[in-house]
Amino acid sequence: MNDFLDAFRFIGEHTALLWQLTLDHLALSGAAVGIALALAIPLGVTLGHMHRGSTVAINVSNVGRALPSLALISIGVAVLGIGFANVMVALVVLAFPIVLTNAYVAVDGVDPDAVEAARGMGMRAREVLWQVELPLALPLIFAGIRTAVVYVIATATLASVAGAHSLGDVIVDQATYRLPGVLGAAICVAVLALLAELLFAALQRAVTPRALRLEERGAAPLLGDLTTSERTAST
Amino acid sequence: MTELAPALAAAAPVIPDFGRGSSCVRENGTFCWDWVGDHWGDTLRPALVQHVALTAIAVAIGFAIAFALALLAHRRGRLTTPVVLATGLLYTIPSLALFQLLVPFTGLSRTTAEIALVSYTLLILFRNTLAGLAGVPEEVRDAARGMGLTRRQLLWSVELPLALPAIVAGLRIATVTVISLATVAVFVVDQGLGAPIYAGLQQTFKTELIAAGALCVALALAADALLVLAQHALTPWTRVARSR
Repeated sequence: MNDFLDAFRFIGEHTALLWQLTLDHLALSGAAVGIALALAIPLGVTLGHMHRGSTVAINVSNVGRALPSLALISIGVAVLGIGFANVMVALVVLAFPIVLTNAYVAVDGVDPDAVEAARGMGMRAREVLWQVELPLALPLIFAGIRTAVVYVIATATLASVAGAHSLGDVIVDQATYRLPGVLGAAICVAVLALLAELLFAALQRAVTPRALRLEERGAAPLLGDLTTSERTAST
Repeated sequence: MTELAPALAAAAPVIPDFGRGSSCVRENGTFCWDWVGDHWGDTLRPALVQHVALTAIAVAIGFAIAFALALLAHRRGRLTTPVVLATGLLYTIPSLALFQLLVPFTGLSRTTAEIALVSYTLLILFRNTLAGLAGVPEEVRDAARGMGLTRRQLLWSVELPLALPAIVAGLRIATVTVISLATVAVFVVDQGLGAPIYAGLQQTFKTELIAAGALCVALALAADALLVLAQHALTPWTRVARSR
């Protein structure tokens, strides 16, 4: 356990460095998730609204899961060169399928009776989308965002091998920082990922309409994209 | 000086591949097929075999643990929340960090890699097995009990076969996830496809990296397809239901 005491001592002594790297880590993750959301949510919601393209929207996440993050970042570097932008592109590629599949499944899976009732009340397609489908789909869309955020924060650690800065800088550089430094940074990354998970679990709960909230209890928030991954995997 | 020349010519070249290799390798091309051919036996195939072993061991141990936990939780519902919270916590910790955090306990060893990889399979396998068991219709259970099946018979000959598609779905996700994460294990143990990927990162010649990365994706897709085939073979009734 001495190693861990040293690790906490390292965190105490190198607060400035770790804080700077945490900010770099968050900037890289934030940019990647932002771009992935901007691309995947409109596409997933549109496809789900039209109930089209299920094969593509669902299988893209199966293939996405098969992509080894280390290999993808490395290949991105091999083809595009080293640096922030290229690592970010790799992270976008990793986050995009998760968000797309969840957005698609969420909107596609909205109770057809609710949509039918909305149409019967005279709502136009656009109104049905914004006032019925999206509010009902929001919790599941958010589950996808949460999974993507945690995944990208975890993977951004590997960015250090490709020339972008993150907390991984310390983890992969044992020669400079020794075991206490490596452990200290690993603790920071783990805490960062857990905080992101908890924050987005709370957000997901907050955006869930109250009527739907009553149904999920206990462990449900931590199950994440349970329903989606099951649906995707069993097709 | 004159005696030295033939001796030099007879000795093996100082740089092993010096003067050999195709024009692609000599000119540092982006991807050289002949390099893959030359180094399949000494680099890529051993790494691939190690990668399969890392994955198979992790998924097998993970499945044994998660399956036992799911059977317990199936009988006692109270266990579900703590198990999901604990395995969810493990699942959230970034792989690079988890590998390092285990080093003080198990050192830079294969054990470290396997423990971390196993921990990533638990949440997926547990929740899928449990969801599969919970999804068995109550009428089916009633019918089985009416036929006089004991609790154990009910579990093994009715509930588990019906839960098989969900269990295999979990195995597919877990296997593909572990294949992907096992590349990161290279930071604690020099095994698997992570080794050539990492080696490729350190040099300007990129063929090794691209070939290993592509092999890793191919391995994941192949494993996924294999599990789908296994499921089809094991659950013939699902095919009948679908074709109707």
